[in-house]
Amino acid sequence: MSAEAYGAQRPLPDREEPLRETLAGHPAPVDRANRMLRVTPAPAPRQRVPFPFSAIVAQEEMKNALILSAIDATIGGVLIFGDRGTGKSTAIRALAALLPRMRAIVGCPYGCEPGRPAASCEHCQRLSLDKGRRGQAESHLVPVPVVDLPLGATEDRVVGALDLERALARGEKAFQPGLLAKAHRGFLYIDEVNLLEDHLVDVLLDVAASGENVVEREGLSIRHPARFVLVGSGNPEEGELRPQLLDRFGLSVDVETPSDLETRIEVVRRRDAFDRDPEAFADAWRGRDAGIRRRISAARKRIGSMTTSEGALRRATELCIALGTDGLRGELTLIRAARALAAYQGEDSVEEEHVRIVAPMALRHRLRRSPLDDSRATARVERAIGEVFGS
Amino acid sequence: MTPDPARSDPTGADLAGLALAVLAVAPEAAGGIWLRAQAGPDRDRWLAALRASAVPGVPFRRMPAGIAESRLIGGLDLAATLASGLPVTERGLLAEADGGYLVISMAERLDPWLASLVAATAETGELHVERDGVTQTLPAQFAMVALDEGIDDEAPPSLLTERLGLVLDLAHAPFGESPFSFQAMTAARERLPVVATSARIIGELCAAAAGFGLASLRPSLQAVAVARALAALHGRLDVEDEDAILAAALVLAPRAVQWPSRQEQQEEETPPPPPPDADTPPPENPPQEQSGDPPDDVMSQSALAALPAGLLADLKARAASGRQRSAGKAGAREKNARRGRAVGVKPGDPRTGARLGLIDTLRAAAPWQKLRRGASFGDGTIAVRREDFRIVRRRARRRTTTLFIVDASGSSALQRLGEAKGAVQLLLAECYVRRDEVALITFRGRVAEMVLPPTRALARAARALAGLAGGGGTPLATAIDTARQVAEGIMRSGRTPVLVFMTDARANIGRDGQPGRERAMADARQAARELAALGQTTILIDTANKPGEAAAILADAMEARYLPLPYAAPELVVHAVSQERPAPRAAHRA
Repeated sequence: MSAEAYGAQRPLPDREEPLRETLAGHPAPVDRANRMLRVTPAPAPRQRVPFPFSAIVAQEEMKNALILSAIDATIGGVLIFGDRGTGKSTAIRALAALLPRMRAIVGCPYGCEPGRPAASCEHCQRLSLDKGRRGQAESHLVPVPVVDLPLGATEDRVVGALDLERALARGEKAFQPGLLAKAHRGFLYIDEVNLLEDHLVDVLLDVAASGENVVEREGLSIRHPARFVLVGSGNPEEGELRPQLLDRFGLSVDVETPSDLETRIEVVRRRDAFDRDPEAFADAWRGRDAGIRRRISAARKRIGSMTTSEGALRRATELCIALGTDGLRGELTLIRAARALAAYQGEDSVEEEHVRIVAPMALRHRLRRSPLDDSRATARVERAIGEVFGS
Repeated sequence: MTPDPARSDPTGADLAGLALAVLAVAPEAAGGIWLRAQAGPDRDRWLAALRASAVPGVPFRRMPAGIAESRLIGGLDLAATLASGLPVTERGLLAEADGGYLVISMAERLDPWLASLVAATAETGELHVERDGVTQTLPAQFAMVALDEGIDDEAPPSLLTERLGLVLDLAHAPFGESPFSFQAMTAARERLPVVATSARIIGELCAAAAGFGLASLRPSLQAVAVARALAALHGRLDVEDEDAILAAALVLAPRAVQWPSRQEQQEEETPPPPPPDADTPPPENPPQEQSGDPPDDVMSQSALAALPAGLLADLKARAASGRQRSAGKAGAREKNARRGRAVGVKPGDPRTGARLGLIDTLRAAAPWQKLRRGASFGDGTIAVRREDFRIVRRRARRRTTTLFIVDASGSSALQRLGEAKGAVQLLLAECYVRRDEVALITFRGRVAEMVLPPTRALARAARALAGLAGGGGTPLATAIDTARQVAEGIMRSGRTPVLVFMTDARANIGRDGQPGRERAMADARQAARELAALGQTTILIDTANKPGEAAAILADAMEARYLPLPYAAPELVVHAVSQERPAPRAAHRA
């Protein structure tokens, strides 16, 4: 949001000559020399410095939930519901900026992880068979994808479709991967998730459950891995979320605008400082952001060797029974989130206290809805925590 | 360059000119302006002045209310694609407005879905396109000028208005001429990046926002940004009180949902200073929960003083009648449907009147080009055959809004309210997937009031329904009139209203608010006939212990289905409504 963006006189796109850009040829390299139609590329988006994660005031539960799902993808992502202007999407974009990079096979359109052929796309599976005797395929460090599913996205771009350009230009039947492919091993972020079209929700439900995207359209028959952490945000005033989609989110957080004046002032001050000079502001917080990044990395390494105490397991089960949550998913998520928290705190074992801390975010969206029960889910979970932990 | 001393006196502030200067100098700080004004020379003059004040050459793009989604965010440019034989992308209007201004015509009629697209783009300053095989991220930083010609409680969707920092009503704040010279504005633009805001000013603006009952933090942020722009305009490097006061008058006060009390030690519940038109009741909205005591609210008082008297009265009246355009009504409106949106494509013949899905047709034809065109493949022509045609499937289903009009008068009021409440919640729980809405009007004493504006949010409904009062007279005619007006509003927003009256139809308060059974019954019948003219589905549930003729006659007059239900169990009511409601999943081709 720099003032220069408006103040400076930038050349305007010529209206007579519509901006042309051909579609990205993907995944195979495209011979660009023999094109009749050549194009002015779209102006590169001005690189915006994201608001630093560590500079977000209050909203501890939201920040924790995001960090925990970054530590352990199997938790199943986060749903952030709350008032407008509470920094929901700011937090998610900030998290994207501090994620540690990941290792991916060079040239793989899906960013497959080296050394795990079972979880890879067909291309990488073949590659690993070929290279099996000579060691691993070439890999490199890439940023973890955080893919926006924008409102107005069409289904062909979500699941992937026939690559029009290659089909028209060269008569080739090629697959243009969609957002689900891009989000593999990363995050898929849906702002205003409760405005998402029903038919896209169906696609998401299917893929999120199976971890695989199966495309059968326009004569294509493609399947590729699509395991991603689903992050959604929305405003409850816009309407409810389908229960099936609600259930796909591992954690859920209710954010509220801070009502305490001091906190509000601090939010406005930091935002004002950021808007005036984003780079300087980000510099000032870089150290703290790096600290969180290191702790996430350390927690990821640690998490495989964690033990879970008998007491923690017992409390988790008791809580789920007390709340009558359906199925085992709640219990599993509760334990995973508690483990990620313990790892983030640098401990070796999951204790009751960890379960207690993460219980509201792991369970509040899993309660049976009763139209005549006004009491808020958070209050019900807290009541149950009180009973089970005997506080 | 030097500000006119008269203008630095807040009471004589030229809000229209200031808003214009802020928007010209710091468009991104303000986010935009919510400009309430009827179309006409005044508004045109203001817009022309804004254009003249802006950085020369920046785009001004007008967005008509009925703009096609594809034009707004872009996608595949079909004409160019077909002409060249290769996919060519088209930039959406939002990207075209980058660096300049997006002028939204008739914003109060803006489709909520389009509003959410605009809002999502404004949020990030980037347009993410994932459509028709096109993947693009284009810069799209623009200031919005939302032209609102709404009357009464019509307003643009709140998810749009909350991003518009400045609020201006030209009817109350007439525009004279631009208060700053072009040079002064250029200088202000250069100065802006170094203008500093003290912690004290930020604190006071936050306190003022709290004083006006603004729960969201966004107005505070916008006020700080606008104050900085004002300081820059006045040639200052530090924001001073005067800038903050004017910023509060431009950003905070027009959104007020409560009024800061004049005496410092008054209780929070104290009614606001009486508006000039004396008989307005105190605000229905309880003050927002705030922590602690509101600090000395000098800032908000001063901001109020800077508002034109007419505007202030108008705002207070609106807040008092519960019609303020904050989260409530506008929030309800923005849920209404993306009507007839395309939900997919299927093979078919477009000549049956269905719309051709061009991109999908193209995609269907693409793999065959080499085969069909043979030697001439690659000359830029595309051979499309009949079997390639894809037509758009639309979900043109009408979303309904079930409007309950519940008699809260007399002794059985509480029971009826309980039943209605149960029915509302059951309906909501049942229909939230369909995105249908429910609203509730109650009537008693002399008035009918909208207790629950159309909503599909269960949580909100539960909140609104808690603790409804009952007892008093039966102003049936007024209730029917209110229902008709609300139903008309629902129809305007493209939904189908279903009206459910729950009453024993024993009116005893006439249209003029005077008691008297004869007159009241006649008025009610007259109102009923007028309602019938709307031609909408109506059900009258007779809640009298001994269902009687009165209700049947009334039902006849309003051409309603008559349903005697002395004990209107919520399930029965919901069942009755479901029978009357149009088929929920009526998808058809359009």
